[in-house]
This record gives sequence, structure tokens and C-alpha cells, in this order.
Amino acid sequence: MYQINGYFEASTIKEAIDYLVGNENSQVIAGGTDVLIKTRERKSGYTDKDLVGIMRIPVLKGINLDDDGNILIGSTTTFTEVEEDEIIQRNIPSLAAACGSVGGPQIRNIGTIGGNVANGATSADSASTLFAMDAVICLEGPEGKREIPIKEFYLGPGKVAMNKGELMTHIKILKENFMCFKGHYIKFSQRKAMDIATLGCSIMVKTTGNKIDELKIAYGVAGPTPIRATEAEAIAKGMEITTENLDLIGEKCLENASARDSWRASKAFRQQLIRELPKRAIKIALGGGE
Amino acid sequence: MEHKVIGKSVERWDAIAKVTGRANYTGDIPQKELLYGKICRAKIAHGRVKNMDISEALKVPGVVKILTPDDVPEISFPTAGHPYSLDPKFADVADRRILTRNVRLYGDEIAAVIAESELAAEIAVSKIKVEYEEYEFYLTPEEALKEGAVEIHEGTKNIIADTTLEIGDLDSGFKEADIIIEDICATPIVQHCQMENQIAYAYKDVDNRWVCVSSTQIPHIVRRVLGQAFGMPWGRFRVIKPFIGGGFGNKQDIVVEPLAVAMSMAVGGKAVMLDLHREEVFAWTRVRHAISYKIKMGFTNDGIITALDIDAISNNGAYASHGHSIVSKGSGIVTAIYKVPNYRYRGRTVYTNTAAAGAMRAYGTPQITYALETFMNKFSIMTGIDQFELRAKNFTKVNDENPVLHMTQHSMSLRECLDKGRQIFNWDEKRKSIDESKDSDFVRGLGMAAFAYTSGAYPKTMEIAGCRLVLNQDGSIKMMMGATEIGQGADTVFSQMVADTVGIPFEWVIADAVTDTDIAPFDTGAYASRQTFVSGMAVKKAAVELKEKILEASYHFSKKTNKVTVDDMDIVDGNIIQKHDGQIIESLGDLALKTYYNMHEGHCLTADVSNRCTKNAYPYGVTLAEVEVDKKTGKVEVLSILNVHDSGKIINPLLASGQVEGGMAQGLGYGLSEELKYDEKTGKPLNNNLLDYKMPTFMDIPDLGVSFVEIDDPVGPYGNKSLGEPPLCSPAPALRNAIIDALGIYVKDIPVTPQKIIEALSENREV
Repeated sequence: MYQINGYFEASTIKEAIDYLVGNENSQVIAGGTDVLIKTRERKSGYTDKDLVGIMRIPVLKGINLDDDGNILIGSTTTFTEVEEDEIIQRNIPSLAAACGSVGGPQIRNIGTIGGNVANGATSADSASTLFAMDAVICLEGPEGKREIPIKEFYLGPGKVAMNKGELMTHIKILKENFMCFKGHYIKFSQRKAMDIATLGCSIMVKTTGNKIDELKIAYGVAGPTPIRATEAEAIAKGMEITTENLDLIGEKCLENASARDSWRASKAFRQQLIRELPKRAIKIALGGGE
Repeated sequence: MEHKVIGKSVERWDAIAKVTGRANYTGDIPQKELLYGKICRAKIAHGRVKNMDISEALKVPGVVKILTPDDVPEISFPTAGHPYSLDPKFADVADRRILTRNVRLYGDEIAAVIAESELAAEIAVSKIKVEYEEYEFYLTPEEALKEGAVEIHEGTKNIIADTTLEIGDLDSGFKEADIIIEDICATPIVQHCQMENQIAYAYKDVDNRWVCVSSTQIPHIVRRVLGQAFGMPWGRFRVIKPFIGGGFGNKQDIVVEPLAVAMSMAVGGKAVMLDLHREEVFAWTRVRHAISYKIKMGFTNDGIITALDIDAISNNGAYASHGHSIVSKGSGIVTAIYKVPNYRYRGRTVYTNTAAAGAMRAYGTPQITYALETFMNKFSIMTGIDQFELRAKNFTKVNDENPVLHMTQHSMSLRECLDKGRQIFNWDEKRKSIDESKDSDFVRGLGMAAFAYTSGAYPKTMEIAGCRLVLNQDGSIKMMMGATEIGQGADTVFSQMVADTVGIPFEWVIADAVTDTDIAPFDTGAYASRQTFVSGMAVKKAAVELKEKILEASYHFSKKTNKVTVDDMDIVDGNIIQKHDGQIIESLGDLALKTYYNMHEGHCLTADVSNRCTKNAYPYGVTLAEVEVDKKTGKVEVLSILNVHDSGKIINPLLASGQVEGGMAQGLGYGLSEELKYDEKTGKPLNNNLLDYKMPTFMDIPDLGVSFVEIDDPVGPYGNKSLGEPPLCSPAPALRNAIIDALGIYVKDIPVTPQKIIEALSENREV
């Protein structure tokens, strides 16, 4: 059962912000696939709230290219909409795949990419790919608009750099971070659907011939927030793509990861996945097949 | 025997109502006024409630009443859905109170709120303040059995039962052995995950008796236990079972009904509903016993079993529920499938502070089958003896007496199942292609396992079943059963039996949409795969009796005009005919009208029987599986899987296939992914939800192969043996055996998760 104090449906960003600022007890709700679950579980801070619905604010929805060729994804764009969008499919198919791996069809039809990120979970399926593309989070609040790199947006488990009264409006992906890159996302989970990642790994790679020009490796669930394997990325620059070198890259990824033992998976098992998944993702991105 | 309706895939009578949402389940039935109950659960795993403050909770708007252990009878009652035992020695353990001050597991039921809305009840529960005295808690039998462990139930030493059965001479059996293997293995705590959660509501009826509407597999037993729990005559209660969304044994137990009735009693008989959430069902209804086995097994060089020594420890959790019956059932399952001349089976059933373990589909048999079939596999690998032949050499035979159950089996087609399976699975071709592709990160393997089960619970418990048939005015037949439709299609199959035996179309048989203890003949319910076998006998007896009465009546009404004798009469397609030339004497409808309305001789034709079954018949079967294992991540892909069953005559092939597919899917989860886990620091369940408990989804299940070897069993009412539970018995060991075949390393416990595979590979454990 859901203990909710009130619900306000915002039709513009300004309305939403005004309400958030004016009501200490307010809580933004988009698709509700995280907020309502926490409410049902009576998680502290999620009962008896005044919810502010933002799903019907037109400017928060949809995917566009701006004048510079950057991709702008509205925060309330659903996973299904991202997955099926032509701009996304053409330019960053790994994000389409990541969004297509969330939960099941019902969740993907209502859950949003903005909510996925704002929820602050390391396991968010879209987050590792957004990390791999150095996405920029666009916020708007009572003080106006601001932009923040996704790396800085994540502060800790369930904690993100959003101030009271702020709304996430867009996720921006700069042209330079996807043009000429090939990418791939691997979600490792026990089940093929309706599951949370044991480990998520998203890579973006740019090559010349058989050489790596640039490699970006991002993980979900390899630490308290999504992370980048910067050490591995650094040694990969200029590397020939060989089995030995891929093994080196996989091993190096452990240096940025902070996998730990939990009842869901052991540290040793997670580390094996941390080693293995980027190698596979690189091979698949470069057309090596699975 | 020639059948017209039996053996046909008729559409289940309730199919359209169910898929269009017209079928009413417990939660769908409207009440004029309905209150909602919510359980306040302990937040420690073992201890005692010292003090409870409900003052804040009572202030929540909408709260009507809060029950504590002071407000319910001080009577301990049993919860297992077993027939009542006249001999107190064999009675189920009565260790349960409606609410308890003694906390025996995290989440134990210490108070209950009744409110005008479910939300108000939940808010009130969150405001109840409890002070506890905490004791050490135990999540495994090993911990609960250690010296000086705190007793979870006073005077038990945490042991529900410890029994040893011996047959032959174990020592000489091991002396005869050329090869002896010893090992241990363990199975996990798993949950039924039936689609409809436990739900019941209760009210005082117009005749001042207590009605409990519940999603249960055992309405008549629920009535009895309500009587026991309240210390009132059993007839003061009436239990109604509407359509039910599955049970798998979880509803062969009394879980929510006594509290629902207690809540209604507390509010003057108003209707109060107790509707558990999925999280509660996972953690606080019933689970499957985790059993660990220590096994020593002796074989001759040829692979003949000479001796078998099994030491099984069963985790029963916090309450006895079905208790020792589960682990002891395994002893007779072993001797139902294999000839074991020298045999010892020790079973210990132990209280711990985990969820109470009760009945779950196949009742201890998936556990023992896992243990046994991994040993057979091990011996086959050690000696190179073909897995199929090794098993076949040791199979029991027709007319063998089971030395544990003392029942003689009259049909045994396991050899035929093996051969059929091997052929349609293309086992030998698959073997060849697998052996040629062993050196990538993705390796394939084959595994198989065989099983035996039982049909009904005789001779462990008595077995009676009732059926009442009434010839309606138009020749249709009203069928009333105490046996319980729980989604498996029992009513459809019973209707087929009536139609076939009487000689009418299937559509002329009218089943009940509810089972009501005031109306339904006595039957102990849906469990032990007993419906088509045990209750089927009652159906047949009633149908034969009614048919005789119909023919007698027809003869009586037509003897003035017709010279035919009863012996020369039959009923075919709803017409009464002369056997010798097939000529129709009259339609059943015409005859029925006469029985109702003949001014001088009218009398309605009915048959109302209760049948005691004193037999059992063992169904058998085999699973064959092919897997692909990713050596770098431990991921297992089930490429193909096939079950072949010897369940005698199949009454309805479509429904039977559905049951087999469901059981195989459950077996797949049991073998590869499912396990209920507990926090070692707090004793709290960790994954009591469908996200973290890894039940396979539709996408994780490959196409499921289903096949039958249909040889009539001479004991089954229509040549049939049981099928409900058997499909789940053998997939887990077959999958595990396939995984070790693929990897050439050893994994001893299920579920065989990716992590366990990676661990085994990194340690390079030998098979």
C-alpha cells in the first residue's frame, strides 16, 4: 500500500520548481518505478510525501540533435522511447541496448532515463553507458540552469548532486563523445529479463586499423556509483588489438574498481566479470560477434 | 479399454472464464462491508516479546482493533495439511499459536491490526513498539544442534525427529562392493512462488457459524484445524475455496485462516480479510526443506548397487509444519527406483530460525533425487559405464515389493522412458558433436537423471475421497467433489472420467466453481499427486453406480414395450442403446425426465460415494538436458531439455503437458538459480521478493520437451498413475550433471549459479 499525502501535476518546468521550492514535503515523481517501490516498502523519506508529477511537461520529453550535433535526451523520455528512437539507434546503439535491458516491457514503458540516473543507483542500466560517453546532466532550479558532468553528478549510493527545487531537464551527449566511436553494453545478470545487473559494462572504442585510438570503459556495480576504468583506458591508447592486450586491459580495469563481497555476489566473482566483460564488449563492438 | 473422453485433450471447463477474468478468486468476491487485517512481525530472529505498546497504533485513523497474543486462544495447533491421525503418536506436531510471544524467526507473528483500509492497518503496524529479549539464533541445523543451543521449542533439543531405517546388512554390503564412493551434497531453501498469494477472509454467517473463504488446497482439513485452533466443535466452521491461483503445497498448510477467523471474532463477526504480500509469502508462509546429505554407496565393478548409507539432515525452520514426513519420504523413494539390498537411511529433522518448511511440489523427492542421481553420475564418470545402462541395471521391476513402503508396484516403464528419451533427444548424436567442440570459452555438456514418485499418500496416511453425482432433468450430470481444483485441471479430468464411464459427452458434466465444506463430499484435498489416482477411484465408483442405476431405471420404464435386458444395455454419447445392434432405446434426457416426473415411480438418480484407497502406484520418469556453459562468466544456457514420464494412462494430454512444462521450469530454477537467503548477522531474509530471488522468467526457459510412455497401470482407476508433482523431481540433477559434463569439474550443491561455477573452475575441482 502507498502512503502518499498529495499529488501535484506540473505542466511546466516553472510550475514544478515553484511547487518544489514552496513545499518542504515535496518529492518529484516521474515514471514512479523507483519512487513508488520505496513508498510501498515504507522506506524512510518516501512515505506521506506530496508528489510532483513531471511526466506531462512537454519539454522534458523526447530526443533531439542540437545545432552542434550533440544529442539531447529529455529526462522523462521512457526506456522504450530511448530504445526505439532513430537518433539513438543510429548514433549510440549501446544506449538503446542498455535501455532495452531494463526490467520488463511494463517497466520500460513507464520508467524514464532521467529517473534512472537521478535515483543514484550504481546498478542503473543506462548509467554506465552514459558514463562511457561522458554525458552531461542538465538541471534547472530556482537559481536557473546549470550543467554538470555525470561523473560529478553521482555522489554516492542513492545520492546525486541535485539541490532542493532542482529538476533534471536533459541528458546531453556531446558529439565528440560518440562520433566515430563504436560501443557496446553488456548486462550480466542471472536472468534474461526482470533482473538487476550483477555487473554492467559499457565501452566506447575508436580505432584506426587494428589500433585503439581511444577506449572508454564504464561499469555499473563495480563500486558505490558507476565508474570509469581510467587506468585501463590510459594504457589502451595506441594498443594493438590482440588477445594478450585485451587481457592486459581487463586486468587493469580492476585498479579502478572496488568490488566487494555481498550476499548477491562474491568479490572474486565480480572481479572475474570486471576482467572479462570489457574484453567481450570491445570484441563485439568491433564486430567480433558474441 | 476403449475410451471416448479419457485420453482426449478436452478444453478445461473453466478456461474461458479464467482467461477473460470472469473467474472469481478469493480477493474478487465482494462483501457488503470488509475490514482489513495486517500482521505485525517481529524484528528479531529468536527471542521473546517483553513488552508491546500499541497506544500510538490505536490512534491511527481507521484502526478498529489490535490483537496481541493476549487476545487469542492459548491453544497450540498443528498446521500440516495431513489427514487427522486417530493415533496421537502419529499426530502432527502442534507447535503453533495464532499469535506468539515467543519469536522463533525474523518476522514471526506477534500482533495483528484490523482496520478499515489496508493502508491504515499498515501505518498502525509501523507504530507498534516492541521490546524484546533476544536469544542466539540458528540458520542451519548444524548450528541448532550444537551443544548448549537455545531450544527454539521447549523440550525438543531442536530435533523434531531422528529416525534410522535399516534393510539387509550394510557392512556385508560394503564388503561385497568393488568400488565405494562417499560424498556430501546439499539442496537449498526454495519457495513455491505460486501466482496467487495466501489470502483468506472470515465472517460470522446467518446461522452464527464462522465462514472462512480461503485460497487453500485442503478445505476440509482447514475446517478441522480451525476447530482445533479455537477449541470449538469443527462443525462450527465452514470453509469455502473459490478459484485458486496455484499452491504447489504452500497452501497444503494452515497459514492465514486461523488469524482471519480470530480477527473476525474480535470485531463481532464482520468480514475481515488477510491478504499477504509477496514478500510475506516468501518469508513467512512455507518453503521447501533444505536437506544436506552424507552418502556412502557401494557398487560392484559392473555397476550393481551393493550398499547405500544415507545420512540426511533436514532444515525444518521455525515451526514443525509437515516436519519429518519430508525427509522420511526420501527413504522409500530410493527403493522405489533402485534395488538396494543393503540400506541404511538416517533422517534428522531440525528446528532452526528460518522459514517453516512444509509441503512443496514432490515433497522431499527433488532433494533425494538430486543426491542419488549425482552419485549415479559420479559412478558412471569414474567407471565409464554408460549412464543409462548403469541406472537400468539397478532399476526395480514390476511386482517388486518396496521394502520401505511395503507396497508392490504393478507397472514400471522406466527402461522404456530411458530408451525413448535417448532417441528423441538425439542423445548419441549430441554426444558426438559435443566431444568435437571442447576448446572454446563456451562448452557444451549432456546430463540425465531418473526419478520415482508415488500416487497419493497410502500407506503413510489413510486415503479416502468422495464423489457425488446427480442425474439432472435433461440428462446432464452434476458432479460434486471434495477433491480440490487448484489450477491443475483436476475438475476437468474428473469430468472426463464421469463422461467416459457413464457414456455421455464431456460437456454434459457440470463441475463446481467452489469447494464448500458444507456441501462437498469429504476428501482430504489436493496434495501428494493424489487427485486422478485416489479421488479418481471415487469418481469411477460413483460413475459406475450411477450408470447402473440409469440402466436399471431405463429397463424398468421401458420393459413393457422393450424386451431388452439390462445386460444388453449401454449408454453411448448420451443415448441408452441396445448393445447387440446399437439401436437407441431412448435418450438419457428422456429417461431423466421420467425419473423426475413419473407420477408413480419417479425418483432422482444419484450416487454418493466415499472410497478408501489402499493402494499406491509409482510413476517414473527421466530428464535429459543439454547445456552450454560460459567458462569465463559461469553463465549456463539450457539448450534443450526433455522429460519423459511413465504416469500410466494420460487422461488429458494437453493438461498433462502443461503440468510437465510447469514442473520442468520449476526444476530449472531449483537446479540453477533459486535460493532463499538469510542475513547471518540478523537472521533476516535477504531476498524475499521476485527481483532478488532468481526464479527464471519466460525468457530463461528453453522450449520444453515433453513425452510420455503410456502403459496402463493395473491399479490406477483408468490405468493412470500420478503426474502433478513428478515433473519437478529430475531436472535439477540432470542440469547439474550436464554442467559438470561440460566443464569436467565438480560442483556438489544446487543451485549451480555462475559464481559457484567460477569458484569450482578456479579451484579446478576434480569430478
